[in-house]
Amino acid sequence: MEPGSQSLSRRRLLGVGAAGIAGVTVAAAGGAVGHDLLSDSPAAANTAADAVPFHGAHQAGITTPAQDRLHFVSFDVTTSKREELVALLKEWTRAAERMTRGKDAGPIGAVGGIPEAPPDDTGDALELPPSGLTLTIGFGPSLFTDANGKDRFGIAGKRPAALADLPLFPADKLDPARSGGDIAIQACANDPQVAVHAIRNLARIGFGTVSVRWSQLGFGRTSSTSRSQVTPRNLMGFKDGTRNLKAEDTKLLDEHLWAAPSDGAAWMAGGTYLVARRIRMMIETWDRTSLQEQEMIIGRAKGSGAPLTGKKEFDEPEFDTVGADKMPVIAKEAHVRLAHPDFNGGARLLRRGYNFVDGSDGLGRLDAGLFFLAFQRDPRKQFVPVQRSLARLDVLNEYIKHVGSAVYACPPGVRPGEYWGQSLFG
Amino acid sequence: MQISRTAALLTAGTLVAVAGCGTSDKGDDAAGGPIKVTASEDGCKLGKTELAAGTHTFEVRNSGSQVTEFYVYAPGDRIMGEVENIGPGLSRKLIVELQAGKYEGACKPGMTGKGIREALTITGDAPAHVTTDAKLAEATKSYQRYVKSQSAALIDKTTEFVAAIKAGDQAKAKTLFPVARTYWERIEPVAEIFGDLDPAIDGREDTVEPGQQFTGYHKLEKDLWATKDISKSGPIADKLLVDVKKVVELANSTTLTPVQLANGSKELLDEVATGKVTGEEDRYSHTDLWDFQANVEGSQGAIAALRPVLEERDPALVKQIDERFAAVDAALAKHAKGAGFKFYNELTPADVKELSTVIDAVGEPVSKVAAVVAAKK
Repeated sequence: MEPGSQSLSRRRLLGVGAAGIAGVTVAAAGGAVGHDLLSDSPAAANTAADAVPFHGAHQAGITTPAQDRLHFVSFDVTTSKREELVALLKEWTRAAERMTRGKDAGPIGAVGGIPEAPPDDTGDALELPPSGLTLTIGFGPSLFTDANGKDRFGIAGKRPAALADLPLFPADKLDPARSGGDIAIQACANDPQVAVHAIRNLARIGFGTVSVRWSQLGFGRTSSTSRSQVTPRNLMGFKDGTRNLKAEDTKLLDEHLWAAPSDGAAWMAGGTYLVARRIRMMIETWDRTSLQEQEMIIGRAKGSGAPLTGKKEFDEPEFDTVGADKMPVIAKEAHVRLAHPDFNGGARLLRRGYNFVDGSDGLGRLDAGLFFLAFQRDPRKQFVPVQRSLARLDVLNEYIKHVGSAVYACPPGVRPGEYWGQSLFG
Repeated sequence: MQISRTAALLTAGTLVAVAGCGTSDKGDDAAGGPIKVTASEDGCKLGKTELAAGTHTFEVRNSGSQVTEFYVYAPGDRIMGEVENIGPGLSRKLIVELQAGKYEGACKPGMTGKGIREALTITGDAPAHVTTDAKLAEATKSYQRYVKSQSAALIDKTTEFVAAIKAGDQAKAKTLFPVARTYWERIEPVAEIFGDLDPAIDGREDTVEPGQQFTGYHKLEKDLWATKDISKSGPIADKLLVDVKKVVELANSTTLTPVQLANGSKELLDEVATGKVTGEEDRYSHTDLWDFQANVEGSQGAIAALRPVLEERDPALVKQIDERFAAVDAALAKHAKGAGFKFYNELTPADVKELSTVIDAVGEPVSKVAAVVAAKK
C-alpha cells in the first residue's frame, strides 16, 4: 500500500485549511473519521490504522485493546508556578487530541507555516495513519509534595492515599535515573513512529515547564486487555497475562481497576493507578535453562500456555494437585501460583506491559526485559502484596532484576473542552 | 589591523562616538559638563542618575585596580553605548544619545560578568513613534555595536593570551585562555560566516579535515593542558592572532539582517546544547562553562538588539525569553568560582542535567523569534 494513499492522512483531514502543502495529497479517509465524535464506549479501533477516541469517561490506553508499540515518558516538573503547569496540561491536551486523530501536534503543522519559523509539528508522522494512538497521563507522588513534604502546587491535600510511594522490595536494584517522576505519559500505537512522534512533540511543548526524567520504548505487547486478542509472549518465550483483567469484564473492572468516589479522592473517580517497573531479564542464562525447569519456574507449559495441571491456556490452575512424587504439580515457588489472586487476597491487575530491548549491555548481553505496566484501583492492595510475595519467593528472580520503578495516579477521562487533570487542578 | 576605537557609529541618524582620553568635547552636557562615573572595584558611581533626553557625555574614571569598562544599557541589556579597556587610574569618555526611559550604567571591573549596575533615568517627552521598519534597522545597528565591543576585547585578550604563550608563561596563558574565548563565543554567529577562518581559530582536533593543520585556540589548549609544553607553540599563537584580527575586520564590516540575528541567537543556544553542556568544546582545559556563559550572553545580545521589535509584536514571548534566560543565569551562578567557573569535570551528572534542561527551555521560545521578526505586518 502506498503510504497515505488509502490510510487516513495525518494532515488536516477535518479542515483547518490545507494551504501551503502543495504536492501533498490529502488522502481519502478510512473508517476512522466516524470515531472523531466520541462516546464513552470502550475505546477501540476497527483496524490497526484507525483512530482511538481520545475523549471519554475513562482515559484511553487502559482498557483499549493493547496496541503493539509503546513509548513511555516520565517528566520532572521544573516550574514552581501552578499556572504554568496548568497551561502546559491544557496545551498538551489539545496536542493529544490532534495527534490521536492522526493530525499534527500544533495548529499550524509540520509544513504549513512560514519558512522562518520552526514547525510546530516535527513531521515524522506525516502521512501515517492514527495507528490506534492513545495518550494516557498519570501524576506521580512527587507532583503533590516534594522530598521535604512541601506542597508544590497547592494539591498536596488532594493526594490520594492509594498514591503511596512503593515500598522497596527485596532484591530491587532500582536506578533513580529510571525511576519516579512527577508526570508520566504513556503513548501506545500500532506504529512505533507514531508513538515516538507523540512523545517527542509533547516533550518539546513541555520544555521550560517539564524536563524528561526517563523514557522507555517497548515493542510487542505482553498482555491482552481484550478477549478479542490472543495472549502474546514475553521475551522468556511464555504467554504472559493470561489471567489479565479484560475490557469485557466490566464488573471486575469496577471492582479492581477504576477508582470510585468512595475511595477517598473525589477527583480520581473514574481514574486508576499505574505501576511501572522496568524488569531486566537475564536472557542468556534463561535461554540455557532446560524446558522442564523453565516450565516449573513459570508453572505453565511453554507451548500452549496451559497451567501444568491443565490442558488449555485458560484452564484454571489446580494448586492442590500433587504428582507421583507427592509434590505439587505447580511448585510452591512457581510464578503462576505466587502471582495468582487466590494467594493475594483476590488482587487482580490490568497489565499492559511491553517487551523492550535497549541494545546490548557492553558485556555482549541483551539489555532486554519486560517493561511492566499495571493499572489498578489501589496499589497498596494489589501490586504491593503480589510483588511482596514474588520478590520473596519467586524462583524467577534468578533470571530477572527490577531496575526501574514508578507509580502514578491516572485521572479520569477528558471530555471535549476539558484538559488532562482538570478534576485535580480545576 | 586594529579597528579604530574612535570610529563613529551611526545610530538612527544620531552620532554616537566613543572618544579616547580627552580627545573630544562634543556632546558635553549643557548643564555642567560631562557626567562623572567613578568605576571602582565594587562600585559604579554616577555623578547624576536623572538626565534630560538628549546627547550625554559620560567621563569614566577607573579608581580600581583592574582594567574596567562601562556600558549604558536599555532594558533587556540592549547596548546603547560602551567604552572598554579603561586601565587603572585612567579616564575615558562615552558619548551617547538617550531618549526618555529607564536605563542602567554598568561598570565591569576585569571586563567580565554583568557588572555593577546603577539605575539611570532619562526624562523628557516620550520619543516620537518609531516605525517597525526603523526598529528593525536599528536592531541591525545595535547588534553591530555589540559585535564591535566584543571584537575589540577579543583582540585585546587574544593578544595577551598569545603574549603569555610566547613568553612561556603557562599559568598566565591558562588563566587567559577561557577569558579570551569568551569574546569569541559571544560573537560566534557572525564569526562563523567566514568559512575557513572559523576552523582555523576554533577547530577541534577531531574536526580537522585531511590536509588541514590543527591550529587555533584548541591546539594551544592541548599544548597547555595535555602536552604541557608550549615551547614550540609560538607560530600557532602568532597565526591565531592574525586569524582573529582578520575575522574581526570581516565581522565588523558585515551586517546581519534581523532574521539572521534571530537565527544567530538560536544557534548560540544550540552550540551550548550540543557542545558545551557535553564538555566536548574544552576537552583539555574543562573550561566549558566560560564558553557556555559566553554563548548565552551572545544569544541574549542578539535578542537584546531585536527587543524593541519583539516587544511591539510579541511581548509575551519577550517575557518568557527573559524568564528563561534568568533561569539559565541562576543555574550557571551555582557553579561560579572566583572570577570564573568550576571546571566541567567538577560537575555532577545532576548539575549537567539541570544545565541541559534550562538551555532546552530557553531554546524553544528563542527559536520562535525569527518568525516574529520576519512576519510581514
